[in-house]
Amino acid sequence: MAIWLTKDSKVIVQGMTGSEGSKHTRRMLAAGTTIVGGTNPRKAGQTVDFDGTELPVFATVADAMKETGADVTVIFVPPQFTKAAVIEAIDAGIELAVVITEGVPVHDTAAFWAYNVAKGGRTRIIGPNCPGIASPGASNAGIIPADITGSGRIGLVSKSGTLTYQMMYELRDIGFSTCVGIGGDPIIGTTHIDALAAFEADPDTDAIVMIGEIGGDAEERAAEFIKANVTKPVVGYIAGFTAPPGKTMGHAGAIISGSAGTADAKKSALEAVGVKVGKTPTETARLMREIMSAG
Amino acid sequence: MDLYEYQGRDLFERHGLPVLAGGVATTPEEARAIAERLGGRVVVKAQVKVGGRGKAGGVKLAEGAEETVARATDILGMDIKGHTVHKVMITVTADVAEEYYFSYLLDRANRTFLCIASVAGGMDIEQVAAETPEKVVKAPIDAVTGVDEAKAREIVTAAGFPAEVADQVVEVAVGLWKAFVAEDATLVEVNPLAKTGDGKLLLLDAKVSLDENAGFRHPDHEALVDQAAVDPLEQAAKEKDLNYVKLDGEVGIIGNGAGLVMSTLDVVAYAGERHGGVKPANFLDIGGGASAAVMANGLEIVLSDPSVKSVFVNVFGGITACDAVANGIVQALALLEQRGEQVTKPLVVRLDGNNAEAGRAILDGANNPLIERVDTMDGAAERAAELAAAGV
Repeated sequence: MAIWLTKDSKVIVQGMTGSEGSKHTRRMLAAGTTIVGGTNPRKAGQTVDFDGTELPVFATVADAMKETGADVTVIFVPPQFTKAAVIEAIDAGIELAVVITEGVPVHDTAAFWAYNVAKGGRTRIIGPNCPGIASPGASNAGIIPADITGSGRIGLVSKSGTLTYQMMYELRDIGFSTCVGIGGDPIIGTTHIDALAAFEADPDTDAIVMIGEIGGDAEERAAEFIKANVTKPVVGYIAGFTAPPGKTMGHAGAIISGSAGTADAKKSALEAVGVKVGKTPTETARLMREIMSAG
Repeated sequence: MDLYEYQGRDLFERHGLPVLAGGVATTPEEARAIAERLGGRVVVKAQVKVGGRGKAGGVKLAEGAEETVARATDILGMDIKGHTVHKVMITVTADVAEEYYFSYLLDRANRTFLCIASVAGGMDIEQVAAETPEKVVKAPIDAVTGVDEAKAREIVTAAGFPAEVADQVVEVAVGLWKAFVAEDATLVEVNPLAKTGDGKLLLLDAKVSLDENAGFRHPDHEALVDQAAVDPLEQAAKEKDLNYVKLDGEVGIIGNGAGLVMSTLDVVAYAGERHGGVKPANFLDIGGGASAAVMANGLEIVLSDPSVKSVFVNVFGGITACDAVANGIVQALALLEQRGEQVTKPLVVRLDGNNAEAGRAILDGANNPLIERVDTMDGAAERAAELAAAGV
C-alpha cells in the first residue's frame, strides 16, 4: 500500500495534448500508471496514441470522471490557465489533483485553495510547482523518474524536486512506500503536515524522510505536529543553511526574510522534537539507514 | 519584487488612494525642480529597500528649493544599512495628528491572505506588536470573497479605529484590497496611515511587493525593476533564462533543480571550512533539460565571474540523462573556446542518477585536463573547495 496514490488509482491528465503533458503521459504510462484519458475541450472525442496505448480526450474533468471513473488528475496546463484547470477539477469532485505547473501566480493558488475549502475540501491538491507523487511499483502521477527506486517502507515528503530524486537514489536499496513532492511555492495545497499524518497512518510506512528548505515556517509547524502526532521515526534535511537573507533561491518560497525562515531555526525546531537532521543529503540518508537497520 | 516607496506611492495613486503630492529625484537638481513645483515645505526621503532609514538620517524636512537641494545632496549617496541611496522622494508635508498601521500580506501558514491593522502605527509598530499584541488586529482574508465594505468595517471595528475616521478607513481598506489584487501584490503595507489635523486620511508610506509569477498579466511591472541595482551577471543570466544569483565566494556552482543547488551551496560551504574558508560564488539552477547550449550559457556566466576559482557542476539525472549532461559539458567547453573564451578554471563534475555510468564514461573519454570527475556530492564539494583554495 501507499498514501494517496495506489495501483488502483485511475489517472487523467489535464493538458495531455500539450508538449509537457504528452511527454510525461508517456513516461507515466511506462511507469505502470493506469492513465485513463486526458482533457482538452478543443480535442474532445479524439484519441491520442502513446506507443500503442490509445487514450481518449474529454472536454472536461467531469466528463472524464463520468466515463472512466478517474480519481486522480495531473495538471500540466500553462500558468495562465492553471487556476481554471484546478477549479474545474474541484468542481468535478476529483479526489486528488496534482499540479505540476511552475510559475503560477500566488493569488491564483490562494484563490483555488480557498475555493476548494469553501467546497468542503473534498479534493486533495498537491503543488503547484511540484514534481508530483510516486508510489514506486504501483503508480506515478507527475514527473518523478520512476526508475530511481523500487517499493519499500520509507515515506518521503519534500519541497524540492531534485532533492527528492537524490534522496530516493541514496536509499534505493531500501525503497519507498510513497514519495510526495509538495513544491516550493509560498502557498501549496498539501503540506509536510498532511504527508506526515498520512504516513503515520499508513501501515506500510515504517519511517519518514522530510526534506524542507529555507523560507516560511512550514518545517517549524511540522515539528510541532510530529511532537504531538507522529510515533514513527522521522529524519529531516533542510536546504539553504548558507543562503543569504533576502535572496530568492529559485523557489518563490525559498527566501529568508528577517530572522524568520532560516535553516538553523528549522533544524533546531525539528531536533527539539527528536527528529534527526542531516547536514547533507548523504548524511541524512545515513541517518535513515541506521534507523531502518535497527528495525 | 520589492518596490521602492515612490513606486508604491505611484501605485497607490493610480488606484485612487489618498497620497501626498510628490516626485522622485536622482540628483539635487532634479530635487530642486520638484521642490519648486510643489512649493513651500517638503520632506526629502531616501529611497532604499530597507527599514530604519528615518533613524539613520535618511528622512529630512526642507523649506524651499535651496534647502531641498542641500538635504538631497546630504542624503543621495548616503549608506543606510549597506544600501547606497541613489534616489530621493520629495513630497509636500502633512500635518499628522495620528499614526495608524494597515497592511495586507500573504499568510503562508494559513494558505490565504491576512490583514494587519492597528491604531498604534508609526515607527515602533514592531515593538507595539511584541509588547501589546492586543493593539494589533490580524484578520484572515478569504481569497475568493476578499475585502468588501462589510469585511472592511469588521476589521475597522476590531482594530478600534476612532469613529470620526472609521468611514475613511473602510474606504481605504477596500481600495487597498482592490489594488492588492489588481496588481498581484504579496504585500501592501502602509505605515503610517495618517490622520491629519483636519481629519483626513493619508497613506504616508508604501511598502509593496509584487508577485513575479504574475508578470504575464502585468507587462507594466517590468519597468519597475531597478536596473541599476541588478548585478550585471544576474542580468546576463536572466537574458538567457537562467536562474542565477550572485554570491560572494570563490566556488562557481551549477546544478539542476533549486533544492539541489541550494543543498550544493551548503555542502560547498561546509567543505570550504576545511579549505581556507572558500565559499560558493553563486547559485545557478539550469533546470531539468541540461542541453549543451544551456550548459554552455551557464558555464559562460559562472566563468565570467572573476572571483570564481573553481566550478562544481552537480547534476542528478532524473528526467535528463547523465550522458546528455556529460555531452553538454564537453560540448560547452568546446563551444566556449569557439567563442574565443579561454577556459582555465578547473571543473569538478558529479553525475548521478539516470545513465550516470554512461555520462561518467563520456567525461573520462573527453580527456580534458580541466574536467575532474568525482562521483559523490560530498566528495566533489570537497575537491572543488580544495581547488578553489589552491587557486585563490
